Amino acid sequence: MEIPFTVTERPDTGLTNPKFGIWLFLASEVMLFGSLFSSYIILRIGSPVAPHILAWPIQSQELNVMIGAINTAVLIASSVTMILSWAALKEQQFKKFKLYMGLTIVLAVLFLALKIWLEYLPKIHHGHVMSSNTFFAMYYLMTGLHGLHILGGIAVNAYFWGPGSKMWQSNPEQFTNRIEIAGLYWHFVDLVWIFLFPTLYLL
Amino acid sequence: MSEDHLDELGWWRKYIFSVDHKVIGLQYGLTALSFLLLGFMLMILMRWQLAYPGEVIPWLTFVLIFIFIGFTIIYLAGKSRPYLALNSLIFFGIAGLIWYFTTGEERLPGGIMLPEFYNQLGAMHGTIMVFLGVVPLAVGAFGNYILPLQIGAPDMAFPRLNMASYWVYFIGGTLMIISFFLPGGAAQSGWTSYSPLADINTGQTMWLIAMLFVIMSSLLGAINFIVTTVQLRAEGLTWFRLPFFVWTQFITAFLLLLAFPSLQIGAIMQLLDRVAGASFFIPAGIIQGGKVLEYAGGGNPLLWQHLFWFLAHPEVYVLILPAIGIITEVVTNNSRKPLWGYPAMVYSLFIVGFLSFVVYAHHMFITGMGTAVATWFQTTTMIISIPSVVFLAVLVFTLWGGSIRFTTPMLFALAWIPMFGIGGLTGLPLGLAPPDIHLHDTYYVIGHFHYVVAPGSIIAFFAGLYYWFPKICGHKLNDTLGKIHFWGTLIGMNLVFAPMLVQGMAGMSRRLYDGGMEYDHVQPVMFLNEWMTWGAWMIGIFQIFFILNMVLTLRKKSPSEENPWEATTLEWATASPPLAHGNFETEPVVYHPPYEYNVLVNGHNEPYVPQHKKVEIRD
Repeated sequence: MEIPFTVTERPDTGLTNPKFGIWLFLASEVMLFGSLFSSYIILRIGSPVAPHILAWPIQSQELNVMIGAINTAVLIASSVTMILSWAALKEQQFKKFKLYMGLTIVLAVLFLALKIWLEYLPKIHHGHVMSSNTFFAMYYLMTGLHGLHILGGIAVNAYFWGPGSKMWQSNPEQFTNRIEIAGLYWHFVDLVWIFLFPTLYLL
Repeated sequence: MSEDHLDELGWWRKYIFSVDHKVIGLQYGLTALSFLLLGFMLMILMRWQLAYPGEVIPWLTFVLIFIFIGFTIIYLAGKSRPYLALNSLIFFGIAGLIWYFTTGEERLPGGIMLPEFYNQLGAMHGTIMVFLGVVPLAVGAFGNYILPLQIGAPDMAFPRLNMASYWVYFIGGTLMIISFFLPGGAAQSGWTSYSPLADINTGQTMWLIAMLFVIMSSLLGAINFIVTTVQLRAEGLTWFRLPFFVWTQFITAFLLLLAFPSLQIGAIMQLLDRVAGASFFIPAGIIQGGKVLEYAGGGNPLLWQHLFWFLAHPEVYVLILPAIGIITEVVTNNSRKPLWGYPAMVYSLFIVGFLSFVVYAHHMFITGMGTAVATWFQTTTMIISIPSVVFLAVLVFTLWGGSIRFTTPMLFALAWIPMFGIGGLTGLPLGLAPPDIHLHDTYYVIGHFHYVVAPGSIIAFFAGLYYWFPKICGHKLNDTLGKIHFWGTLIGMNLVFAPMLVQGMAGMSRRLYDGGMEYDHVQPVMFLNEWMTWGAWMIGIFQIFFILNMVLTLRKKSPSEENPWEATTLEWATASPPLAHGNFETEPVVYHPPYEYNVLVNGHNEPYVPQHKKVEIRD
């Protein structure tokens, strides 16, 4: 038994099942991060003004803006290599795909490494943890949840770079579709960071 | 994969880790019905305590009844259908759980209930009924089994994802039960888990972890349902030829998809408050037991309520929309008439789905919100009642002039219409701030929402079970036993829930473990507590007829009935039960709207025209 429209598009909707599925998943993710950003706004505007002990700190003084900016560039670069890897498959160039997908994974790992070693660990070392104040609780929650999404993306991309890439031999069209879907997810995760960076570091 | 290959699947892949939507639907159904029974049992314990506070609960009677039902099932299963005997495990399990409750000093020492344990029962009854019983039954079981058949699809769009969502739900449910066995017991802050109480109460951590699994399961399921409906409709099955049940599942899936993430975030934040010492929901200076708690503070307890109700109001419609879908199928089929206002129903469904996201703060009128905000939520709440009334009106107009057959599913459906009406109408005073401030946190609220979900959802699920049982198992359930079950359930439910409305209007607060003994103003309505306990027993006893009916019908070995209700929709275009793989022998093609009963074909009256039958219909 075959499920129809797994690889080919249904004529009247113009979609394959997985592509529609990932868009719905991303819609749900928008609500997830939307709830998170809303909570951030409510907690921040509800905090007392400056001399008060519970006042919201000046974020750019608490966080390392430089590392955040570098990480933003790293993540945008990984989005570019992601789309190049898909384009390579469209051009039937498997080796190029391997290169760009590999780069995407390396950049994602770099992002997490910078995040953990140059941000989380020094912060924790200085005693800034979730229980310190609401700002740090929110910072760890938002960036942590985003970090988990990065980790999930690395796992998926690594699978398609390694064992999953065997599908290129048996069903190149489906494999290309899979990379496109992984790419949609990856761009979304990138986009979340584009909002997180100014919200947490700059504003 | 070829047919032969699939037939070689081992027992585990065929019955336990199956990717077939029919097997997964049955797994969901059996698990959800077990949770409904467990949630019901917790309620029986609570109601006993409320009727006879401080007295010994006849726990041994409960245990013996469950063991007796278990052995009856084993006996009835006999040698002919030995696997049916496995169902008795559910009853032995619940008997064991009740026995376990009486063993601990902090639960039911000597059969006398402690207040803390009453709180656990209350929180777990709500959680189990809503998240582990009704939603999985409505969406996981009925949706999974029926929706692909009604749209003529070979399976769900993502079969493995489907399996994953069942097993994630199963893990969540198991964790929820395990929480009874942990030190400190299960969650005891109500199914709404309001902060800051839930942040510091015992038992909440496991509740949150289990909820994260349940939420994940619903999200995976919702994606699957939407993609299946959009992508896998049979040829000719245009949007306005979809059976109404499919529409309700489709909109329900959107509600699950977009509403659940906010509780997911809420649950993660509350979990971090508890395990990482964050203070998302904790303001500064919370005092417990005379001591100031060590939290940084700066959190907002109301934020939890917003995150919770942004999910939980659409969740109410998740509970009720599939029920409306089932009732529509049953009413149309048994009135032998096309659905009176199909487009009106569909548009109302869209409006309900959309509005359900913008009414949620009517649960929060007493939080001190401003007049402007309250006005918005009152207005939208009044507007959302209009499409709800459209549903009821359309069903009544469908009955008008029909040739009604009083089959068992139809009895449930006919009873559902006024029951849901009571549920909806008693909600109107709660949707307006002034009466709500009086009625909030009284038994009136409990009566209202139980009328919506117990005689509302659960009566509809019974209608659906009786209606689709011949599809799933090949035989109709026995009519006499079914009618006994119907009358007992209907009268029992009203005996439990109608007095709640009376008690609530008299001002009896909810969540009191002794039924309000200490309050003078509720003394005139205290006697109703005993009535409600009788009603609860009545519901319970009459479910035995239902359980026996299922077991007895499953034993039948005569050839199955293909289309016993003379129905028109696609699920009846295949064998009963449907083919193990691919559902249909040939892909069905659809030529008609879903409910063509008693229509003119070639100048003469045709009792029913199945959707896949190629004939010309003239009105």
